[in-house]
Amino acid sequence: MKIENIINEIESVEPEILQRLDGRRNAMKSFAKFSGKIALAALPIAFGSMLNKAYGSPTGPKDAITDVLNFALTLEYLESEFYKAGYDASMAGTLAIPSGAPMGAIKTIRDHEIAHVNFLKTAITSLGGTPVVFTAASFDFTAKGNFPTVFTDYALFLAVAQTFEDTGVRAYKGQAGNLISNNDVLTAALNIHSVEARHASHIRQMRKANGGLVPAGVDVKPWITLNQSGIGTSAVQASYNGEELTTQAGVNIINIGGFVISANAASECFDEPLTKEQVVSIVTPFFA
Amino acid sequence: MKIIVTILFILNPRFLFYRSCERVVNNYKNQLFFTTKLIRMPTKNVTDQELVAVAEANIKNFSRRNFLGYIGGASALLLTAAACKKDTNSTNNNSGTDLGSGDVGILNYAYALEQIEAAFYTKVFESPYSGITASETALLGDIRDHEVAHREFFKAALATAAIPALVLDFSSINFSSRDSVLGTAKAFEDLGVSAYNGAGKLIVSADYLLLAGKIVSVEARHAAYIRDIIMPGTFADGLDANGLEISRSPKEVFAIAGTYVKTKLNISNLPTN
Repeated sequence: MKIENIINEIESVEPEILQRLDGRRNAMKSFAKFSGKIALAALPIAFGSMLNKAYGSPTGPKDAITDVLNFALTLEYLESEFYKAGYDASMAGTLAIPSGAPMGAIKTIRDHEIAHVNFLKTAITSLGGTPVVFTAASFDFTAKGNFPTVFTDYALFLAVAQTFEDTGVRAYKGQAGNLISNNDVLTAALNIHSVEARHASHIRQMRKANGGLVPAGVDVKPWITLNQSGIGTSAVQASYNGEELTTQAGVNIINIGGFVISANAASECFDEPLTKEQVVSIVTPFFA
Repeated sequence: MKIIVTILFILNPRFLFYRSCERVVNNYKNQLFFTTKLIRMPTKNVTDQELVAVAEANIKNFSRRNFLGYIGGASALLLTAAACKKDTNSTNNNSGTDLGSGDVGILNYAYALEQIEAAFYTKVFESPYSGITASETALLGDIRDHEVAHREFFKAALATAAIPALVLDFSSINFSSRDSVLGTAKAFEDLGVSAYNGAGKLIVSADYLLLAGKIVSVEARHAAYIRDIIMPGTFADGLDANGLEISRSPKEVFAIAGTYVKTKLNISNLPTN
């Protein structure tokens, strides 16, 4: 499922599509101080409704907000189904998550992701939207055969978990600006965003303790250093590209104010957003 | 000529009214400041719950009803103070360093919190607690660098609008004790996360909102790490039933953070929604 290709194809037939979508963006921006980026691509399920909007009558920012929440809900389904499958595989004895603290942590994170799914479903419904629906069968966690042992190899399971959490943090961050017109929804999204970051921090500590799939000479820390995944495969690199920034709002963070701040620390102390298009491209292989 | 104008101005009833207002309001402020000082408990090895309890106690004591109860029969004073508020600049009702209003106020709010965190970790690193491991030294050093970078970033971004360096008071922290240092670190990181999350809706500019978002997830990574080295697996304890973080308003945050700040801060001009 190549969303970018679909858009490109439509664009070749109808060059105005991007302009129309962009026109919607401008309309929404002026309506209720909408700023930031409304992504041009969306997940398959939301794609049709976005086209309707591009060509249909003007709609309020409420639809834009439920679209963002459905995007978030999709990612939460991805995570919750992943942890459910991992937990169940461990219970069945096919995935060796050590009992005690590691198994406890996976259960805790699984339960948070399930709670996020339920929270977002309720939020979307209460805003008059229709929540997207995914089930275990919607996903392919081998990512089209890239990670065939994801539910039998604990190190790989943790590596994919880390990628999902770090990507989730970046995805929520990228959408915050699109929620600026609705205080309640923005606050809720921020309150999920930081929980994903707590998960990422913990999974990274689990990976450091376990040691598997960590490239030689790389120290896996609770935070992201430069654009290093700390995972010995290039398949996850897209989730880390762009994290290497050492300049923020035009201010160079390296050695800022005369204090010794290395490039590593300068990149670690700010997490970077991903656009919806970037996130869609990253997670698409995980959809069946 | 100048003298005559000055005398006329001083005798002007409006000016006299302002002067009397100022005195009344200063009285009121002193009382309030004294009241809050009294109930601030000296903290040592405080848990997050205890910190929140202090915050709640402080907020309660700030409330008008309790204030009236404390002063007794002071409604006239309050009425005068309220009348003054209409005619005078709002900063006249609050002494201390004004964080400012709008987005600048929120950036100064973040700058104040980052000052506390950066100074704390700098001290932790200068005098490490007994029994610190090599891994903790490395990662607490990273956290210090991150917080110093955050502080200096806000200072640079705010430029002339930045509040001055705060005078801090860490006398309640035992820097040689692992429990005291990590307990305080946990409280600061959780507080920082809840503060940024609560401030998001107060920000008007999407650019500033994104900057706050870039920082808060790093604070959350810190918070989870600190919690895990205190007690493994506690990285996300304290969420609500929906698995969401619990955010705090600036008022709630300063009721907790105030314990560590000697500089009197005026947060009354910060946006509230």
